[in-house]
Amino acid sequence: MFSILAAKPKSSQRNKTGSWRSTKMPRFNGKECINCGLCKFICPEGCIVGKEKNQYSVDFDYCKGCGLCAYICPKNDIEMVENKQEENKEK
Amino acid sequence: MKEIKIFARAGQGAITTAAILGEALFYEDKFSYAFPHFGAARMGAPMNAFLRFDQKPIRLRSQIYNPDYIIVIDPTLIESEKCFNNLKDQGKAVVAVRKNTQIPDKKDITISSLEAEKIAKDIIGRPFANTVLLGAFAKATEEVKLDSILKSVEARFKSKPAVLDKNLAAVKKGYASV
Amino acid sequence: MKKFLEGSFAMAQAAKLCRPGVIAAYPITPQTHIVENLAQFIADGKLDAKSVNVESEHSAASCVLGSQAAGVRSFTCSSSQGLILMSEVLFCIAGMRLPVMLVCANRALSAPINIWNDQQDSIAVRDAGWMQFYAENNQEAVDLIIASHKIAENSKVMLPAMVCVDGFILTHGMEVVDIPDQKDVDNFLPSYNPPYKLDPENPMSFGLLGTPDVYQETRYAIQKTLEDVLGMVPKVGKEYKDKFGRDSLRLVEEYKTSDAETVLVAMGSVCGTIKDIVDTEREKGKKIGLLKIVSYRPFPKEAIIKALKPAKNIGVVDKDISLGSDGALYSEINSLLPSDKKVSGFVAGLGGRDIKPTTVKEIIELTEKEQNSCKFVDLNKDILWEKFKTI
Repeated sequence: MFSILAAKPKSSQRNKTGSWRSTKMPRFNGKECINCGLCKFICPEGCIVGKEKNQYSVDFDYCKGCGLCAYICPKNDIEMVENKQEENKEK
Repeated sequence: MKEIKIFARAGQGAITTAAILGEALFYEDKFSYAFPHFGAARMGAPMNAFLRFDQKPIRLRSQIYNPDYIIVIDPTLIESEKCFNNLKDQGKAVVAVRKNTQIPDKKDITISSLEAEKIAKDIIGRPFANTVLLGAFAKATEEVKLDSILKSVEARFKSKPAVLDKNLAAVKKGYASV
Repeated sequence: MKKFLEGSFAMAQAAKLCRPGVIAAYPITPQTHIVENLAQFIADGKLDAKSVNVESEHSAASCVLGSQAAGVRSFTCSSSQGLILMSEVLFCIAGMRLPVMLVCANRALSAPINIWNDQQDSIAVRDAGWMQFYAENNQEAVDLIIASHKIAENSKVMLPAMVCVDGFILTHGMEVVDIPDQKDVDNFLPSYNPPYKLDPENPMSFGLLGTPDVYQETRYAIQKTLEDVLGMVPKVGKEYKDKFGRDSLRLVEEYKTSDAETVLVAMGSVCGTIKDIVDTEREKGKKIGLLKIVSYRPFPKEAIIKALKPAKNIGVVDKDISLGSDGALYSEINSLLPSDKKVSGFVAGLGGRDIKPTTVKEIIELTEKEQNSCKFVDLNKDILWEKFKTI
């Protein structure tokens, strides 16, 4: 007899951590971005995508609203704002 | 079932002696169980190796306290280890001695003593008394044939041809010295 | 082929016959000769396996965990402190359902440091989810190593197996052992073909987080599987016997128990000594028997109850002690039996204290006379003091 032992890759995608987000969410202003990529690297969920200046975005299905991207941004171009359900849906 | 206790110091090859004897008895379709007992696992410490043999498989796993036979590889142990004390009545002892070794006077046991270290030094070039004593044991006890001992020594030293012939000669000399 | 061999060499031969792909172990007395011999086989080109030098037993166990997870039959070996250092990983290996093979050369635990035999080390890890089989002699050790692979690797089992052999008494004892032919072993034990493994073509993660929602089920699954193993042991044992002629893999061995009034229960090499005493006591007209436990994990409750049914007095010999309670085997045997049986527990042979024929006779007498739960036999009262003293 066996129980849960192993998992196939990408099984963590089923766990949508966006539901953990409470009061704050990041807003990417898209004005001062220098394409340093720090927000992408520091994101614990790896849910920030972007390759060019001012083109970064967040997958709100997984963003927990931790604020690390806003904290690390050297240009203060990412702000933590009130968590709004509409914007979640937008994404 | 017969029991043998071997007295030596760690490093003198008591286990090898028991192993060669066990293998020789195996050639004669006997079952044996040879095992060491270490004290302070250090070179020079007095230690024992044991051997039990029988026509049927050996099950008894305890140490040997009242042996039928003893083999003393190191003459300096005769007094300190009181080697003869627990030998069975009518038991036999095969003992390496030096010129001045005092053999205690014991009734009811047969002691075969020989200057095994000297014989080994003459034949092998080093004072390893083991193979000499195995030859002597075969003669003194008649429990194992000389040929079996020789065959067993051959198997043991086949990877060291330089010492094989010398050890075979040592066995024969030991056999002839009793 | 029958040969006169040192136990360690015979066990290394048995491990070699199972064709392990990875061997990792850290030297510790009295296990050392087993892996030394295996390393020599590899160096001589007689065994096609990878020998991994590791810096500790924890690493050795981690190494075979990894290699077995990668789908390679893996072997390790330890004793005493080494086994205890492995213990964290031992639980992982069982929990990850990897059929690693381990030979434990039983040795006492520190402190005081002691290199000699008792069974405290393997008993201390009895709850890890490993099968544990105890060998009476070197022939059984060889047979159990080969035969238990077959159960461990069964796709419905996939649990690790530990073959426990008394340190020095068996590992350094030389006796006649029949080493099976490679051809026959290959025939008996097919190559390792696990139902799951680490594979880049089919990636999987092992050793997941088990939340309270799932963890209990993983334990239940191991428990149920080990219960199934109880049914499998006699079958695989018979298959082994049909092929190799020896009945070594079994749950228990009943030695003259059917009409015995007094039965001793024990594990490992001391069973040989007890059998000799059973025979000599029977010659004197005393109805004595021995129940030898071969499979300690899984614990064969039904077989034990059945075997002990005729006995009036039962004496359990433990070479271990659950300090503050009783001997491990005694506790388990006693819990199985109705209260009208007289069951006594004896602790003997700790740290290499020789279990002599007289010790066994004393245990028999005490078993017949009185009831004890944790009687230490052969104690030297001269070195027991009420107050701290130095020597």
